Amino acid sequence: MTAIADTRILTGRSLRHISRSPDTIITTALMPVAFLLLFVYVLGGAIETGTGSYVTYLLPGILVITIASSVSYTAFRLFLDLQSGIFERFHSMPVSRPSVLWAHVVTSLVATFVSLAAVVAVALVMGFRSSAGLGAWLGVIGILALLTLALTWLAVIPGLTATSADGASAFAYPLILLPFVSSAFVPTESMPGPVRWFAEHQPVTAIVDSVRALLAGGSVGSDLWIALAWCVGMLAVAYAFAMAAYRRRVA
Amino acid sequence: MTARAPAIEVRDLRHSYGDLAVLKGVDLEVPRGRIVALLGSNGAGKTTLVRILSTLLRADAGVATVDGHDVAASPAEVRAAISLTGQLSAVDDILTGRENLVLVARLRRVPGPGGVADALLARFGLAEAGARRVGTYSGGMRRRLDIAMSLVGEPSVVFLDEPTTGLDPEARREAWAAVRALADGGTTVLLTTQTLDEAERLADRIAILHEGRIIVDGTLDELRALIPAPTVEYVERQPTLEEVFLAVVGGKDRS
Ligand SMILES: Nc1ncnc2c1ncn2[C@@H]1O[C@H](COP(=O)(O)OP(=O)(O)OP(=O)(O)O)[C@@H](O)[C@H]1O
Ligand SMILES: [Mg+2]
Repeated sequence: MTAIADTRILTGRSLRHISRSPDTIITTALMPVAFLLLFVYVLGGAIETGTGSYVTYLLPGILVITIASSVSYTAFRLFLDLQSGIFERFHSMPVSRPSVLWAHVVTSLVATFVSLAAVVAVALVMGFRSSAGLGAWLGVIGILALLTLALTWLAVIPGLTATSADGASAFAYPLILLPFVSSAFVPTESMPGPVRWFAEHQPVTAIVDSVRALLAGGSVGSDLWIALAWCVGMLAVAYAFAMAAYRRRVA
Repeated sequence: MTARAPAIEVRDLRHSYGDLAVLKGVDLEVPRGRIVALLGSNGAGKTTLVRILSTLLRADAGVATVDGHDVAASPAEVRAAISLTGQLSAVDDILTGRENLVLVARLRRVPGPGGVADALLARFGLAEAGARRVGTYSGGMRRRLDIAMSLVGEPSVVFLDEPTTGLDPEARREAWAAVRALADGGTTVLLTTQTLDEAERLADRIAILHEGRIIVDGTLDELRALIPAPTVEYVERQPTLEEVFLAVVGGKDRS
């Protein structure tokens, strides 16, 4: 199909961009790694999680932060393409229009997973261990891929509508902060009433708890379904708004 | 699609940005294989018209067909027939010049994209620079690459929005030669320009867009005939297009 071939060609182009400026992958991984070091070696001693290794407890939340920081580059890259006029060239060519967006989405998935692998590698050096089998790892990858897809489509909206490059990537800040008010860093039981209620009902807690349970090789339970529901729901809503923004933007 | 239909046909085309009416009923016909220059002051709406014809913008009213296809009803067919060099260069800075051309060739499904790219690089004096990132190119080199990218796949109608702005005289002559070669090969070219000299040398027909309408459309000789006779007698030479332009534009203003 021509749309798939177009997406493949255009994805090759944006992947080449990333391979020529690998700094975006490095900076994407830098902040999560800094959080990992800070929390494990500075604050970790004072945090009581009731489990063994704090790195192992912390990693799922750090992976969510990695995804949030990675998709902000997707918004940035999309914004630059719109600014440079190269989108208009593609749009005046016999190229499937959704492919122009999908190429950025696929690129975002690839770039995010490279950053995630880098963060996991650092965590392994710091003592992260998992007893998860192949099935559990595939489950973890699946959840993270779904979350990346949802947040990428969310990032497409500011990428298409922002009026400045800073504006395009700033949307990620709240996403990066969300894990702090969840079970990512400390168990929610330690939080005061309303904060605890929020933490227990926001998507990051369900996602982090599912990933943590899968990595620990244990059973996941209802958290997994709540996490999947959040991801699919966010994906559907973000996709609809992103497509609407795209149609408004191009004639 | 009939072979006899004009390459571009525009009837009573209108477009406004909010309250600002830019095109107020544009009529234009471009025969196949011709070079037509669209002249107009800054803000006259040349880019707006080109964007509508290349399916980037929807008109508020009126009909425009390119290569026999309605731009609003069959944009995909129009896109297959055209290419656009916009007013601002649309090249990929991070890729090399050659990779830019190969990308367009692959998207247009042109067989042998590498060979097509090399031939165009040579034709536009970019063979040496082809392996370098476009981010390192000078303004004129970017513009030449931009034009070269529009020629990939030999589209039957080419839109060039101020193609030679920022080119040095030599590069401008090269670009003109490329445009003329296109028309000789049967391609239709609609170009906008600020340089009246360019229109005078290059175009078979000249259309002047002023206050939302095409106020003059004809060959250079037809346009020259519009100039009042005393000027011809007094200077004892053919009036330049610049004089014609200022006369017709100024004339409209006073009326
Ligand atoms: N996206 C837009 N929103 C609002 N106004 C616009 C927009 N694009 C163009 N205009 C206005 O429409 C008018 C025509 O613009 P256009 O770019 O078509 O002119 P032009 O003839 O190409 O001018 P130039 O010779 O300077 O390139 C101008 O007054 C411009 O300010
Ligand atoms: Mg213009």
